[in-house]
Amino acid sequence: MAEAIIKVENLKKHFPIQNPIPFKKSNQSVKAVDGVSFEVFRGETLGIVGESGCGKSTMARLINQLVRPTDGKVLFKGQDLAVMGTKEIRDSRKSIQMVFQNPYASLDPRKTIKQLIAEPLEIHKVGDKRSRLKRVHELLEVVGLNSYHADRYPHEFSGGQRQRINIARALALNPDVIICDEPVSALDVSVQAQVINLLKDLQKKFSLTYIFISHDLNVVRYMCDRIAVMYLGKIVEIGSYNEIYQNPLHPYTKALLSAVPKESPYEKKERILLKGDVPSPVHPPSGCHFHQRCPQAMECCKSTVPELKQNGTNQRVACHLY
Amino acid sequence: MSDFLLEVEDLEVHFRSSSSVAKAVNGVSFTLNKKETLGIVGESGSGKSVTATALLRLIPNPPGKIAGGRILFEGKDILALSEKEMRSIRGNEISMIFQDPMTSLNPVFTVGNQIIESIRTHRKVSKKEAKKAAIEMLQLVGIPEAEKRMDMYPHEFSGGMRQRVMIAIALACNPKLLIADEPTTALDVTVQAQILDLMRHLQDTIDTSIIMITHDLGVVWEMCDQVIVMYAGNTVESGDVKTIFDRPLHPYTWGLLDSQITSDSENEEKLSTIPGTPPDLREPIPGCHFADRCPYAQEVCFSKKPELIEVEEGHTVSCHFQTKEKRLKRKEKAYHG
Repeated sequence: MAEAIIKVENLKKHFPIQNPIPFKKSNQSVKAVDGVSFEVFRGETLGIVGESGCGKSTMARLINQLVRPTDGKVLFKGQDLAVMGTKEIRDSRKSIQMVFQNPYASLDPRKTIKQLIAEPLEIHKVGDKRSRLKRVHELLEVVGLNSYHADRYPHEFSGGQRQRINIARALALNPDVIICDEPVSALDVSVQAQVINLLKDLQKKFSLTYIFISHDLNVVRYMCDRIAVMYLGKIVEIGSYNEIYQNPLHPYTKALLSAVPKESPYEKKERILLKGDVPSPVHPPSGCHFHQRCPQAMECCKSTVPELKQNGTNQRVACHLY
Repeated sequence: MSDFLLEVEDLEVHFRSSSSVAKAVNGVSFTLNKKETLGIVGESGSGKSVTATALLRLIPNPPGKIAGGRILFEGKDILALSEKEMRSIRGNEISMIFQDPMTSLNPVFTVGNQIIESIRTHRKVSKKEAKKAAIEMLQLVGIPEAEKRMDMYPHEFSGGMRQRVMIAIALACNPKLLIADEPTTALDVTVQAQILDLMRHLQDTIDTSIIMITHDLGVVWEMCDQVIVMYAGNTVESGDVKTIFDRPLHPYTWGLLDSQITSDSENEEKLSTIPGTPPDLREPIPGCHFADRCPYAQEVCFSKKPELIEVEEGHTVSCHFQTKEKRLKRKEKAYHG
């Protein structure tokens, strides 16, 4: 089996809530990520899916140390990023880069494309001015733009092109891992397909490892080798895409998959409609977090938190049914 | 009087800037029956939202202007009505749900207040009755503890709940036509399924017609009876949903269908994409608007604009090579690479 490039152990992030009484310390917190463990292997794409508010974006930021964890470990090539100082973390970001969701908000409108793509090189003091410019032109070609685009400003580009620029920035430092936080959800279908093709090509070319966060299950299915399903700060199921899509075990995964829109007007779909909304992560339900909405909930689900247990070859599921 | 609830003929909407005019909608026609759902699909910038806003005469003027065409709603010409008459139609007989549930509610008023406002504008009822109706509306769209929720502010609601409130406001006066502009794009799949289910259920109970604007073909297969495919301000193809799925004819529709990711897409295979970008609508385009992205384009496509013709009953398409007599053969992998 391939080597684990990133290993996350019992990772937790609790955001404290401001106490309404000034100067009084709060004892409540939003449990955005609550004890998550998984591994990412070199060269693979791990997808993280879940509804909004389940903690998938916080997860991404924790891996990159853009937010520091409350507890737990993030091991990158065996070194724990969570205990590192600011300077060392900065160095580690050379190898772990990120592409954000909104291509309209993630590029500084007052900088040219050249400045934007060269920025990571400057921050990490790579090369001199001339070699940086050469690298910028190279990167523009790699992501399917032209070198004459270098002197333009972000507003002159469409959403898909901006996302290409964001990808070029992420590639600038030759990273090992790229974390993509909903990279295509703001784009049209035909443009979405272009960006996905590009990401796949780059992965082959530079042997990249992706962590791919999305709520679009079809995109995740197409992109990823393994998929982790998150619900309320916890992983409820993790496995290869075949296992998750063909043989989903957790009732939440089943409901999520059944909610994907039809693929033809003839298809008859059995929907598992979940009742209500995702509960508040401040006071998550006791026992299994999903038990209030679960169609198969049992008595023990209310009191005991299920462990993530092995089921089959690589599939692991956190449910009392198995 | 015609049998149609809504008839749109040759609608043209132009946006003027200091130096040019952008023809955002360029001669769109369609009809809508009672209780029917019409889907309008297309990429961003295809003019689908502008078409919908024009139906309510909500195009900001200036710079926008409805430059031509007719909109008949139950036989009445919407474009000839006074602003006062128009106001009695908006929100009452025709309602709209906008894309972004996060920004379309007023943050400084309670949710109940905003529903009551809509009811009291159009119906002469007391505050008490309006409040009762508003609570019923919230219950109808499936919000638990409706009475308590009436006094809450929009920020206390989740995205899906806010979209439900929007639907409650839109349906408060039992409109005959509901225009939904990408109502589920900002929502999670599970919530999307709930909202679509709710819209279908409400359509059955209060007999509303729906115009559904979306770029998600999955939503179209799910909800619609009729489909219009729009590209750069023009209708390129229209027909009922099964026809469009079984026998799509326009090359743009083919591209759109091919670039969808489905459960059959193999991980190893490359996704199809439509190369290039939509044309600049400020420039005059003599030929077919899709020609420079079309893998089947020939000389005639660049010089002459194709007419929208009916190739079989209820199925129209605008392409030089798709007529009653001759058909273009759909190539496999035309949109690869």
